[in-house]
Amino acid sequence: MDPKKTLLSWPVVRQLRSGDFLGRGPAVTSARTRELEPRTSTADKVVQSVCPYCAVGCGQRIFVKDDRVVQIEGDPDSPVSRGRLCPKGSASEQLVNNPGRQRKALYRRPGGADWEPIELSTAVEMIAQRFVESRRRTWQDHDEHGRPLRRTMGIASLGGATLDNEENYLIKKLFTAAGAIQIENQARI
Amino acid sequence: MGFWRNQLSGPTDPAADAAWDRHEPRKGFFTDTSICIGCKACEVACKEWNHVPEDGLDLLSQSYDNTGALGASTWRHVAFVEQSSERIEQARESGRRLVQLGMPSVRTGGEPALAGGSTATATLAPPGDVRPGDVRPGAGAGPGPTDQAVPDLRWLMASDVCKHCTHAACLDVCPTGSLFRTEFGTVVVQDDVCNGCGYCVAACPFGVIERRRGDEGHEKTGQSHGISIAGAPGTGSHQNPPSYAASNGEVKNVGIAQKCTLCYDRLGAGQTPACAQACPTTSIKFGDLDEMRATARARVAELHELGYPEARLYGVDDHDGVGGTGSTFLLLDEPEVYGLPPDPRVTTADLPDMFRKAGYAGLTMLGLAAAAFVGRRR
Amino acid sequence: MQDLSNADCIVIQGSNMAECHPVAYQWVTEARLKGARVIHIDPRFTRTSATADKHIPIRAGSDVVLLGALINHILSNELYFREYVVAYTNAATLVSEKFQDTEDLDGLFSGYDDELGSYKPDSWAYASNDGEGESPGTIGGPAAVHEHGQSQSERSAGDQHGSGGPALEHARVLRDETLQDPNTVFQILKRHYSRYTPEMVAETCGISVDDFDYLARSVTENSGRERTTAFVYAVGWTQHTLGAQFIRTAAIVQLLLGNMGRPGGGIMALRGHASIQGSTDIPTLYNILPGYLAMPVAGLHDTWDDYLGAIGNKEQKGFWANADTYAVSLLKAWWGTSATAENNWRFDYLPRLSGAHGTYQTTMAMLDGQVEGYFLLGQNPAVGSAHGRMQRQAMAHLKWLVVRDFNMIESATFWKDGPEIASGELVTEDIETEVFFLPAAAHTEKSGSFTQTQRMLQWHHQAVQPPGDCQSELQFFFELGRRVRELLADSTDERDRPLLDLTWDYPTDEHGDPDAEAVLAEINGRHLAGDKAGQPLSAYTEMKADGSTDGGCWIYTGVYADGVNHAANRKPGREQDLTALEWGWAWPANRRILYNRASADPDGKPWSERKRYVWWDEDQGRWTGHDVPDFVPDKAPGYRPEPGTGGPAGLAGDDPFVMQADGKGWLFTPKGMLDGPLPTHYEPQESPVRNPLYGQQSNPARKVFPRKDNLWSPSGDEPGADVYPFVFTTYRLTEHHTAGGMSRWLPYLSELQPEFFCEVSPELAAERGLENGGWATIVSGRAAIEARVMVTERMTPLRIAGRTIHQVGLPYHWGVGRDAVVSGDAANDLLGVALDPNVQIQESKAGSCDIVPGRRPTGEALLRFVAEYQSRAGSTVMTGNELRTGHPESSPASVPDTRED
Repeated sequence: MDPKKTLLSWPVVRQLRSGDFLGRGPAVTSARTRELEPRTSTADKVVQSVCPYCAVGCGQRIFVKDDRVVQIEGDPDSPVSRGRLCPKGSASEQLVNNPGRQRKALYRRPGGADWEPIELSTAVEMIAQRFVESRRRTWQDHDEHGRPLRRTMGIASLGGATLDNEENYLIKKLFTAAGAIQIENQARI
Repeated sequence: MGFWRNQLSGPTDPAADAAWDRHEPRKGFFTDTSICIGCKACEVACKEWNHVPEDGLDLLSQSYDNTGALGASTWRHVAFVEQSSERIEQARESGRRLVQLGMPSVRTGGEPALAGGSTATATLAPPGDVRPGDVRPGAGAGPGPTDQAVPDLRWLMASDVCKHCTHAACLDVCPTGSLFRTEFGTVVVQDDVCNGCGYCVAACPFGVIERRRGDEGHEKTGQSHGISIAGAPGTGSHQNPPSYAASNGEVKNVGIAQKCTLCYDRLGAGQTPACAQACPTTSIKFGDLDEMRATARARVAELHELGYPEARLYGVDDHDGVGGTGSTFLLLDEPEVYGLPPDPRVTTADLPDMFRKAGYAGLTMLGLAAAAFVGRRR
Repeated sequence: MQDLSNADCIVIQGSNMAECHPVAYQWVTEARLKGARVIHIDPRFTRTSATADKHIPIRAGSDVVLLGALINHILSNELYFREYVVAYTNAATLVSEKFQDTEDLDGLFSGYDDELGSYKPDSWAYASNDGEGESPGTIGGPAAVHEHGQSQSERSAGDQHGSGGPALEHARVLRDETLQDPNTVFQILKRHYSRYTPEMVAETCGISVDDFDYLARSVTENSGRERTTAFVYAVGWTQHTLGAQFIRTAAIVQLLLGNMGRPGGGIMALRGHASIQGSTDIPTLYNILPGYLAMPVAGLHDTWDDYLGAIGNKEQKGFWANADTYAVSLLKAWWGTSATAENNWRFDYLPRLSGAHGTYQTTMAMLDGQVEGYFLLGQNPAVGSAHGRMQRQAMAHLKWLVVRDFNMIESATFWKDGPEIASGELVTEDIETEVFFLPAAAHTEKSGSFTQTQRMLQWHHQAVQPPGDCQSELQFFFELGRRVRELLADSTDERDRPLLDLTWDYPTDEHGDPDAEAVLAEINGRHLAGDKAGQPLSAYTEMKADGSTDGGCWIYTGVYADGVNHAANRKPGREQDLTALEWGWAWPANRRILYNRASADPDGKPWSERKRYVWWDEDQGRWTGHDVPDFVPDKAPGYRPEPGTGGPAGLAGDDPFVMQADGKGWLFTPKGMLDGPLPTHYEPQESPVRNPLYGQQSNPARKVFPRKDNLWSPSGDEPGADVYPFVFTTYRLTEHHTAGGMSRWLPYLSELQPEFFCEVSPELAAERGLENGGWATIVSGRAAIEARVMVTERMTPLRIAGRTIHQVGLPYHWGVGRDAVVSGDAANDLLGVALDPNVQIQESKAGSCDIVPGRRPTGEALLRFVAEYQSRAGSTVMTGNELRTGHPESSPASVPDTRED
């Protein structure tokens, strides 16, 4: 330890030097306090985003450090929200960084009592196979009057209001091309 | 003893007293409870920014308040008070008495009347000449000499926070120098300095500062977390953290005294504290204390004009027991209703008298404080 | 949203805006600080009520009576904005003489078909005399032959028409601008609402005459040339068996007062999910294609010509007349070069509907074993959908289930942690459903656009890579489609052609994530031929029906104009005026207030300087103003088309409602609503009172599902109604989000509202022995749940028809599972399934229940407890499910009692 630094930073000396006789101001600040910088300032980048909760569409600023989200707060540029967020929007950082968030694909076999780990790519392949098989098994070419139906009633989907427009577009496009018509989302619920 | 007197009570510039040569204008909050919607964004934004852990999962059965009180892991607390007309009339009456006593000061000319919209109106360039504010609704709540009708019911909401007292007892009794007065006039704990002695906890007249408890402090830790996975015993990666952890899963500073820092780190970079930045309705405003108090006075005068005599300010009296506070509140009833002490008084306000009687006892105390600090440095 | 700050009066009804849309509420706060009056009408005194000028408690589900009385008040006292009403609405239009009102038929409109339980809307059409004399069926009459009521319903369903009305055959209508002809919409309206009086409001809604007077004065005195009033609603209006009609009633009020298309006016819908508007525009919904083009229906749209005739008649006024260009561009976007004029642009690749295929019909199909596979994409029906038990039981019938979410939501764990496992109704080992849980990427981990509640697209930029196995839906579905196409690559089966011919080639990044902007470009559309081939379209008016353009969603065309992603426009709000046209992009054509031509008078001048918004610039010969004018840009106010001209050219210079088939705002809907051309009060599916207006108790066109697992409480004065004597209503809190998937796993939100609770008045608490902080059991015809009790004066007992009605408030965020930070019984388990016929939405906002102190029974005892209530009430599968009531000829069908099942 540097003796000079130690001596000069000894509180009494610092109090006398700084005039902070009662030791309530700069004299007692620790090195860490003096070097304090907010992570909004030390972030590598700031990305403009939109709150994922309700449909007001408040602007968010995502602060990223070392490829990790370190802070999410309101975007003052937004004419809708003017930098403000509700409690849910303010909790967005916890939404994305929560250690309890599921990060691995899981599988429950028929009759199974518990989850099993599964490779993501295996899971997607199994889903694709089931998609094709269920579609084939439940295909309806015509109704009882011989009018075209060209559909499957064996595959359904629910959800989309929390997703991007582009995602909804691909979902609707793929399902419709596959003849799966039972697509629904929160708009009706 | 003049120096000592205004060091411990009465009007003063606390940052200058703490020997900041060059310092910023004193900063503070103005919390206008008349436009608070009780959303608790301030509570969450504060926790998220400061990594304050979750503070218990109990339903308190006190209206919509499940936070309870300020403490080591709660630096913003929104109180909810439901009142029937009888109580509202009492609040009106006590407000009228305050006005008769000349408190708070009447609005001076030229101040902006619409404090609540002050940040808003700056950016509000209405399309064309649409200026609805120009004309009051014919049928509407126009200003008038008469008070508004007393409703059957009202629901008060108010976001409480550390007062950042002009004379902060927590700071004055801190033996380690952990608590200090910043260049913004605010009071901040340095958790790397605090040894958890707890003197500040007893000293605070508002019950704001507390030592953070660990796991043992939680009677209830929620449901059983995490999912079990067959064939993968002990898969820790799927376990949720304990519910009292901060968003990064850690509980830090157990045993250390904690409270609002008025986002000292953000202030240093010219940023707004997290709670004020989030507040959807600008119920929480942040800025130079002088400006905050002026805004507060203008708003209370406006509410009086609109027929709400119950409106009053809290924390603006430099001659009160804490020398006024850095956090200003506009309340719609007596402070006790919100859980605020009506006449807060720092224990250290009496120290000058003690000094006179006990000679250099004060210096001795300071010496002890320095010793304690050195002791902690190890 | 910002425009609310321009209002002089704001009525929030069917919405708890301060709690559910707190940040938008800043504009209400601001309006109020500027002097606007804010009135909150809601069964409960909420955080919105606390910060409004006045709270008016109302019985859940009685809103049409209140708003209808407002209409009556406006008409009787001549308080409507006459010039606006005559010029811009269909008030002066004559309706067919065949039309008969509910006032004439004791709660039914003409055209009701008892057998089908639905209406034939022919008699609601406008009167007309185009050569064949008076032939009411000509306009608005269904063109296609329909074989059964279901098909007709499909054809004229209101939610297929997005921002405009349904097709009318042409634009010729008869009008009497003196408004005196008894067949004018105006006179029909007057007669229809004549019995909706303040006294009726007091009797039905529990609102005093003084409070009604306050509301009526506030609204009418703050409307007109100089002032505007805005209405704000959310699912408190929609989630009823006549939900769409609640909003229609408000639309009539706002049209009469001249508040549509004007600053500080309108009706603001506050929606609940980040892109719920986007997922309606680009629908993950069964009944529409992108841009509100109908999904084809078997029997109605069997051919391309049938389809084109139905989606937009060339002879009608307005922009729907060009629907063929929108449909061809969509088919070109999906099937590319394979779509040609010869094969009708692959119209036959589209699957056909045959009735309603909504989520509840699908749930019941699962129970019947018809559905094998189910994808849950950020939605938690085990908690969020009505009748949670039915939802969970249905999922246990699936072969496979894919859950894509952030957390282990209850819909992913029902097979081991669900309430039916605890009650013994389901046994984990017996559930054959294969479940895949795939973790989803968050908004920070992918790029894309959300469309917020005011139709504005905003781009969110990717900030970091998703962790672990987390993936965007874009990547998952792209990959799924790729693999499905691979599996079918060698197929020669005709049915696989739509998949194999699909355009499915998006550029991906190094992680395999498709480029969302490329998808947006496809949605926007491109020129496919000519000089501009390959360039993005700038506006939907550039779309062609000859295959020379494509575009996945015509109303979004322009978002990618000039190859620029305008959803990502981010000029700071403080550097723009309040309209902020350079922030994000709103459909259509970046327009922020729809029908804003109505903000100017018929001559194109602002109605007042104070409410100046869009006006005709004589010197420039163009419409101009603070917004993108919602009108043909250079069509002068005085322009009058040749009679019979269709399409946009058929719009006169003073026809502001450019998407409507006659250019007018519809007070009366000759077509498009399935349950009547005018909103009429009906009681909820379950109600403690009789309909005081008509013998017809509930909406006769509502969708009911008589099933043993969907029993209802008797209503009104039916025997057994007193077994479930209280009204319950469900809702959200600020601190949580819908079914909790994005909030109950977060400690910071969970601690703020840790437990499920019910809100009751001190009077009800005294009557039932409930204690604040104690436990209560709430039981409905479907389920029993337990909640902590909150006794509060914010709940007001109401005097209805001479007796006291208590309401019980139930936030619905909690569910039964073991993974969330907080859990609890789900309020939605109490709900049954009865739907609005127009949009298939369930009635979540009003139901009947009992409440008793203490915790609910567990295990099998819980089932016995629920069954005992059903038995005492005498509920059968037909209880509440008779569509037609109050008529001697419609005596209740005798149906065997199946309670014991």
